[in-house]
Amino acid sequence: MNLNLLQTLQMYFQYDYVRYAIIVGILIALCSSLLGVTLVLKRFSFIGDGLSHVAFGIMAVAGVLGLTNQMLLIMPGTILTAVLLLRVGQNTKIKGDAAVAMISVGALALGYLLLSKFSTSANVSGDVCSTLFGGTSILTLKPTDVWVCIVLSVVVVIVFVLFYHKIFAVTFDESFAAATGTKTGLYNLIIAVIVAVIIVLAMNLVGSLLISALVVFPALSAMRVFKSFKSVTICSACLSVACAALGLLFAILVGTPVGSTIVAVDILAFLLFSLAGLVGGRRA
Amino acid sequence: MAQLRCENLALGYEGKEILSGLSFQVNRGDYLCIVGENGSGKSTLMKTILGLHAPLAGTITTGDGLVQNQIGYLPQQTMVQRDFPASVYEIVLSGCQGRKGLRPFYSKQDKALAWANIDRMNIRPLARRCYRELSGGQQQRVLLARALCATRSMLLLDEPVSGLDPRVTAEMYQLILDLNRQEGITVIMISHDMEAALRYATHILHIGRHLFFGTRQEYLRTDTGRAFAGEGRAAQ
Repeated sequence: MNLNLLQTLQMYFQYDYVRYAIIVGILIALCSSLLGVTLVLKRFSFIGDGLSHVAFGIMAVAGVLGLTNQMLLIMPGTILTAVLLLRVGQNTKIKGDAAVAMISVGALALGYLLLSKFSTSANVSGDVCSTLFGGTSILTLKPTDVWVCIVLSVVVVIVFVLFYHKIFAVTFDESFAAATGTKTGLYNLIIAVIVAVIIVLAMNLVGSLLISALVVFPALSAMRVFKSFKSVTICSACLSVACAALGLLFAILVGTPVGSTIVAVDILAFLLFSLAGLVGGRRA
Repeated sequence: MAQLRCENLALGYEGKEILSGLSFQVNRGDYLCIVGENGSGKSTLMKTILGLHAPLAGTITTGDGLVQNQIGYLPQQTMVQRDFPASVYEIVLSGCQGRKGLRPFYSKQDKALAWANIDRMNIRPLARRCYRELSGGQQQRVLLARALCATRSMLLLDEPVSGLDPRVTAEMYQLILDLNRQEGITVIMISHDMEAALRYATHILHIGRHLFFGTRQEYLRTDTGRAFAGEGRAAQ
């Protein structure tokens, strides 16, 4: 039985598309977990959802305009929205969760409206469904997609490591940081840009509806058990990668939808970590 | 030369003025208490001094070796911090962040300064503990140690004893007094606690309908001061 499983896996690994999916899946899981802690604590847990809907809306616009390279429109548009939400949004009358909800639902509705009116495809609701839930797009990646993902992930990780201490300071106490000379505006801008890049990347993997799960679950699981910002960050990155790898393998072997399977593994991990947190107390 | 001089300040936000004609100055080693009713603009004044808000009118100048972004600040606790996973050491060290500019990592000196301030606040045994598991008094010591990492000469404290029990409150006041009297650190404190303000402060700034700025002795001769002092005694 075990041998069979290994053989099946080996068989699958001969295909390029499976290897691509594993590489991209693990990189996206790693990136999306990095800022999870910050977003959860800043009460922006749902920003993944909101921004991915915006990306979906822009994708619809790009489709209507007939752009061949939709990324050229999606990436800047999503980054702009993230900046508006995270940076400018802090001092406006419509705060955090309400602003995210408005933008999220609005972009989703308008995107669907545009698609249903102008799309040339015969199966609009099918297209929409696979955009929202990820569908099979991760199994149809081209080598260029993989390289774009690798480069962007490396950039995200490097930026995160270089700005780790500043992100900590800005997340823990923004007014103290600003008062003592940290350029909080700049760092909030950097956080917003990283978040937008991660979300556009992650749309390929789990689809826009499940991105929040990738951002939130590993961070919350790690926070059950660990006590320092550093250990929580490291743990949530490792956990996210492990869950993504397990979920992908399971999805490939059993034939379940990739995005939902990864999220199911994340949920399982969260339950385990909650239990561990209750039983063992918290560790440094 | 004064460390901090505010002239003819008008404060408010979104164009609404809540306070005007405010002038005062703080010299090295002073202990200034800012008192006044809720909503009189105490916190806005503090944020203006720190450069988080621009004043509607008037000027704030710093001198005597003080730079505006080297004022140590002890803010009121926010909701975010109550469930923040961070160790005491990480938080104290983050007090050094303002000086780092674009440099990404902390230096040996930063770390040594963090440890020195952890010892100064007597919280070394807590250094690896999680901030959210500490008592209110311990958390204030952590934030005070962080503020000391950001400054050499001036602390701004926003209601430092709110929510603390009487014994811990007294300890906190003693800690602040020691920093002021023994180490010569200038203290500016927002307080509701009139009795403590009159006991520890060298200067009082009362804001609200009647503005007052002067030494504690001068304040005790005003009507408001007498009323408050009387209340304090009646309450005992």
